Amino acid sequence: MNTAFLTVYWRDMIRFRRFRPMLFSTLIQPILWMAFFGIGMSSNFDKFSQFAMLPPGIRSVDYLTFMAAGVIAMTTLFTSLFGGISLLFDKRWGIMKEMLASPMPRTHILWGISLSGVTKALIQATLIMIFGLLIGVEFFSGFTLARIIIAVLGIALFVTIFSLGFLFLSAGITMRLESMEGVQGIMTLLTMPLFFSSNALYPIESFPSWLRVISVVNPLTYLVKGIRYFAIGNDFFAMGTHYSYSLQEILTSLIVLIIFSAITYVFAWVTFRKAVVT
Amino acid sequence: MKDAIIEVYGLFHSYGDFEAVKGITFNVYRGEIFSFLGPNGAGKSTTINVLTTLLPLQKGRVLVNGYDLRREKRKVRESIGIVFQDEVLDGDLTVWETLEFHGRIYGMPKKERRERIEEMLKLAELEKKVNERVKYLSGGMRRRLEISRGLMTRPDVLFLDEPTLGLDPQTRYRIWEYIRKVNKEGTTIFLTTHYMEEADLLSDRISIIDHGRIIISGTSEELKNSIGSDLIYLETKNSEKGKEVASSFKEVKNVKDSSRGLEISLQADGRRFLPKLIIALEKSGVDIESISLKKPTLDDVFLHYTGRELRDGGPEDRIKAIAMKRRRR
Ligand SMILES: Nc1ncnc2c1ncn2[C@@H]1O[C@H](COP(=O)(O)OP(=O)(O)OP(=O)(O)O)[C@@H](O)[C@H]1O
Ligand SMILES: [Mg+2]
Repeated sequence: MNTAFLTVYWRDMIRFRRFRPMLFSTLIQPILWMAFFGIGMSSNFDKFSQFAMLPPGIRSVDYLTFMAAGVIAMTTLFTSLFGGISLLFDKRWGIMKEMLASPMPRTHILWGISLSGVTKALIQATLIMIFGLLIGVEFFSGFTLARIIIAVLGIALFVTIFSLGFLFLSAGITMRLESMEGVQGIMTLLTMPLFFSSNALYPIESFPSWLRVISVVNPLTYLVKGIRYFAIGNDFFAMGTHYSYSLQEILTSLIVLIIFSAITYVFAWVTFRKAVVT
Repeated sequence: MKDAIIEVYGLFHSYGDFEAVKGITFNVYRGEIFSFLGPNGAGKSTTINVLTTLLPLQKGRVLVNGYDLRREKRKVRESIGIVFQDEVLDGDLTVWETLEFHGRIYGMPKKERRERIEEMLKLAELEKKVNERVKYLSGGMRRRLEISRGLMTRPDVLFLDEPTLGLDPQTRYRIWEYIRKVNKEGTTIFLTTHYMEEADLLSDRISIIDHGRIIISGTSEELKNSIGSDLIYLETKNSEKGKEVASSFKEVKNVKDSSRGLEISLQADGRRFLPKLIIALEKSGVDIESISLKKPTLDDVFLHYTGRELRDGGPEDRIKAIAMKRRRR
């Protein structure tokens, strides 16, 4: 088997470790979100939720726990969408020409960069979970050890598939553009609607219908569902809303994410095959 | 017939509707150093980028090491090594990692790779810098690193796009030595340059290229002889009369106007002919402002065929050198 993509991965991870500001912000950013936004908002929201009618026998989840899943999802989105940008650096100041002129199949560039993006996203998700548990996020509460292991693997699976989807998208877009401003512009334009039309930080059940349509086609919604299912459970109450997930719903979410990633992979694959560098 | 390792027939390349390469045909023989000599914008890099599969082959037929560039890209890529005009290095990797990365993406087995890295470090005289980050190397060291990286996989042909652009004369000289050494060990070299001495001193054969066309090809001697064994440049106000006088001699092969005055090319020993010419010019009342005799250089060859000078180290060159530095992280 040709393992050239591991070489591309190896090199991108070296760069990740050596480029201190990037390493630092990657690791600190999600923690800051949890610390400031999470703790700040939960002191507000939990006050309102006290007045909500709690159906008997259902577990109630505080805002910090509710949003922790959202922060994992959101961080994965950002990291993945901006993950392709290292390709732009390679194209303009780096070794893209070396890679394109080599006999290595071009999809290996894509896979190498994407795997390194996934690695970063998984490191971040782990950090958020650990930090979250420290500040009182009630993930995995009452779970047996076996169930915790399954939950962590399930979250990792969802994060990986979702992350790959957006990394492929980001890599494809980046390979087609020349300027940093252009790439950043597009990525920022994508993040806003994706982020705010999702269920990451608040319930979407009371959205107006047009916004709900967007949230239904939004991959972020499915990632958040998956994470909440594994981290909190299949039946809980949060922010005045009752959440219950069937196994089938979760499987569907996974399939939606797989389809999404397959589509963006094709997009990136076509782009890489045609790529020329001048 | 010599064995051709690169065969190019009617190669065209355009960017949008601008034709950068306008139908060139040439061969590179196995084992030789072949140069493209031409000014900025001549189409040298465009040709190299097509030959190395970085740009699509729009029109024409190209064989590299016997493989068809259109259908066997992968085989072509396996046969060649490239040193790009712009620096293509990752400053955050060490020297060793740079070579290791290259060997791995070319699929070299570990043992062979490690041996070749040692060899390349020795060749490039970078043994003491193995663990240094590339961004802390000097410009000349980085260039040597790029060249040895290009050689690491033992390619049949090594493409060098302006290998000494923007380097100081001493470093340039060392890189020439290095290129000769590599060539002696059996690698065919295709290099582009707009430095006359580089083409002259280094290559077995040269093609002069301008505005996307090959103007003339041959050994340095052949090119120079094509415009005469000696050259006389004559500056005078009365150039019509001067032309007439000069043309009447059988020693004179050709007379034409150039930016340096009348260019009189000879097919005889110029040192013996010059006095005769001066006397004849005076007799005919042509006042001589200046007259010079010289052996033709490639500069003269370029001037002869294009009517323009091929300048070394002109302002464009310096600007490019600065631009190259700025592109580095
Ligand atoms: N990507 C591009 N888009 C449009 N025009 C281009 C592009 N690349 C090169 N050209 C044009 O094609 C012509 C040939 O360029 P090329 O880079 O091949 O020249 P060159 O001989 O390598 O010159 P130099 O000595 O300056 O490197 C130039 O006129 C240049 O402006
Ligand atoms: Mg060039």
